[in-house]
Amino acid sequence: MFSYYLQLGLRSLRRNPILTALMVAGIALGIAASMTTLTVMHLMGADPIPWKSDKLHYVQLDSWSADTPYRDDGRPPDQVTYRDATALMAAARADRQVAMFKVVQPVQPENPQVKPFQSLGRATFADFFPMFEPPFRYGHGWSKAEDDAHSRVVVLGPDMNEKLFGGADSTGRTVRLNGNDYTVVGVLDAWKLRARYYDLTNGAFADREEFFMPFTTAIDLKQRSVGNNSCWKAPGTGWDAYLDSECVWIQMWVELDSPARLADYRTFLDNYVSEQKKLGRFQRPPNNRLPDVNEWMADQRVVSRDVQVQTGLGFAFLIVCLVNTIGLLLAKFSRKAGEIGLRRALGASRRDVFQQYLVESGVIGLSGGVLGLALTGLGLLAVRALYADYKAVAALDWTMVLATVVLAVASAIIAGLYPTWRACRVQPAAQLKI
Amino acid sequence: MEIRPILSALMRSKVSMILIGLQVALTLAIVCNALFIISERLERMHRPSGMNETDTFWFVSTGFGQGFDVRGTMQADLALLRSLPGVADATTVISVPMSEGGWSTGISLQPNQNNSTAETAMYMVDAHGVSTYGAKLVAGRDFRAEEVTFNTMDDPPKAATVIVTRALAERLFPDGDALGKQVYYNNEGPTSTIVGIVERLQTPWTSADFVDNSTFVPAYLPYATSSRYLVRAEPGRRDEVMGAVEEKLLAANPSRIIGKMKTIAQVRAEGYAGDRAMAIILGAVIFALLAITALGIVGMASFWVAQRTRQIGTRRALGATRGDILRYFQTENFIITTLGLVAGGILTYGLSLWLMRSYQVPRLPWHYVPVGFLCLWALGQLAVLGPALRASRVPPAVATRTV
Repeated sequence: MFSYYLQLGLRSLRRNPILTALMVAGIALGIAASMTTLTVMHLMGADPIPWKSDKLHYVQLDSWSADTPYRDDGRPPDQVTYRDATALMAAARADRQVAMFKVVQPVQPENPQVKPFQSLGRATFADFFPMFEPPFRYGHGWSKAEDDAHSRVVVLGPDMNEKLFGGADSTGRTVRLNGNDYTVVGVLDAWKLRARYYDLTNGAFADREEFFMPFTTAIDLKQRSVGNNSCWKAPGTGWDAYLDSECVWIQMWVELDSPARLADYRTFLDNYVSEQKKLGRFQRPPNNRLPDVNEWMADQRVVSRDVQVQTGLGFAFLIVCLVNTIGLLLAKFSRKAGEIGLRRALGASRRDVFQQYLVESGVIGLSGGVLGLALTGLGLLAVRALYADYKAVAALDWTMVLATVVLAVASAIIAGLYPTWRACRVQPAAQLKI
Repeated sequence: MEIRPILSALMRSKVSMILIGLQVALTLAIVCNALFIISERLERMHRPSGMNETDTFWFVSTGFGQGFDVRGTMQADLALLRSLPGVADATTVISVPMSEGGWSTGISLQPNQNNSTAETAMYMVDAHGVSTYGAKLVAGRDFRAEEVTFNTMDDPPKAATVIVTRALAERLFPDGDALGKQVYYNNEGPTSTIVGIVERLQTPWTSADFVDNSTFVPAYLPYATSSRYLVRAEPGRRDEVMGAVEEKLLAANPSRIIGKMKTIAQVRAEGYAGDRAMAIILGAVIFALLAITALGIVGMASFWVAQRTRQIGTRRALGATRGDILRYFQTENFIITTLGLVAGGILTYGLSLWLMRSYQVPRLPWHYVPVGFLCLWALGQLAVLGPALRASRVPPAVATRTV
């Protein structure tokens, strides 16, 4: 019966091509608008490391000025001071811990054919690699011993390895950064990370790092962060005064493998702040925070307000399109009252009529979905053209493709339910008299 | 015009009426709020930065190694840049408006004041700064060459003399006597004297709530071995100059990298890319929404005309003119649209409240809703015109036919 209804549906749709086109286009546009915006919002806010996002915690300490809060709503600074970062790293009370900051270095290739270039990197600790799990193509991260030895080692990103070594296994070879030689210990594979969640202060969707070097080495070389630096008190003159200052410029993460460990770490941080208060620091009320990955992404508004408003309007638009489709289906089906009356008089049950017209609505939904999917693809292309940073989040993935088609068919069937119900209530007798 | 028969006919197709009304209501709510967001963004995007944006570009030079003589390089580079044909002026900078990265600090009127009086962006420049940015000096004087100090990140500038924007001057000294006054950058830091006031220069952050508060400080301030330059070309010669700079500077000093040159026009485009995208996306939604609603009205009206062909014929046979039929459908549309608009007006303010609360959009100005009413009335009348004209052409003879 289904294939017969399908045939009937297709025939009926062809009979009124303009009305059909209007309905299909309506569904397709609604689907495209809502799915384009939803895809961007979904991919932006997606958990970047679902298997351990609840174990990775960002460290926030309220070391800010006694007179004014860091944020008007009372949230503590989004980075920590060098003093606190080194103290917490030395205490090593978490299962893993990492302090880090953003650096830029000039790269001087050995190969004279390659022009020197500026490269974005990250100064961090050995635990960065097991904590955030970037994929390695060659070699591995450095060890804690190399952190302690302030070693001149480096992990390269795939693009820099391509540029300097033609993509070959470069472990053991030397890279010259800002006049200093570093030994390559590892090369990363393409790291499919949508939001750079481990440093949201300096832009979740900004350019990625092309090298990683030990934090301790960078400090030895007086390498300043090129990321955000905020001070409530002038740091004074000289590098040592800067390290000793109340300026915040370092991101700090800890890995805590159980809720009990998290509770322990909270206590540890509270004790640390009390100790520091005795030294005259931390003049604000205690306000330590340890958000996990998803909480931190929400706090830092990785999904921007604009994207949320766009998604809301996208779905409101879909509702208008559905209301439109209901109206048109209603018009269409009620014109066929005579036909329905005839079928009912010839023995078709209400159920049969209901099924037939539901199949017709489903066909509209499916066509709308397929067209909508194509339009969603175009919509995402447009988003990528409009927002240079959204390359990784304006792309269709399989869940979204499936969701689009399901949403389209479901919308059309929902839109079709009332008109169909009305259609099958047609009294055969009323239609047969003329 | 008899309204009663129209109303009684409408009551027979309540659902269709509600559907069209609902569509009109939602359309009004979305279009008004989206248009308001767009107008807000356009207004933001068209604020003047206070600098010359058409003839300027900027870039960074980074030397290799800790031993690199950045101080000598900066002076040599600036001399070279100013000597190039087509260059009107050049200066050392740390940032430019709309670039979203820079240095800001609080200013106090007294030393050791707990809360600073105003926030400001800091633009470190040499004595060519005001001229290269193209800022307009409205009071006081420009920096003198001997005031420019050489600093590093470990030894930040003392800012003994500063030039501030008019907005900042008025914020600090509302009586308008800022010139010659002393202020404190960095709380306990040394005093700074305001020697000049420029008309306007935005901060590097377009969304800062102190976007018009900027300070020029006479200082060379490299970042490690990196120095940044802003160049203003003679009118119309920007691209020509921009093409020649890298080669000239590298020839003079090859042990460094000259970064990509970026025009300030490009900086503006990137700084406001998000606002532009938002405006375009909302504009597309508005367009699609109006099209769908108009087509929905056309579809529904055509259906009604087809359904009532016989009745129309009967009315015509009984003496109704074509104009009567046309007016019938137009009045019908007007009634439905009006009902939808009334509901939509309430919905519009509801949506506006929600946007205000959750997304910090300002309150919708009152005039959007009446203007929206007029536009949707017009849209409805235009959409129904085609089907209504078709209805008016139904011949009276139809009444006598059975099928």
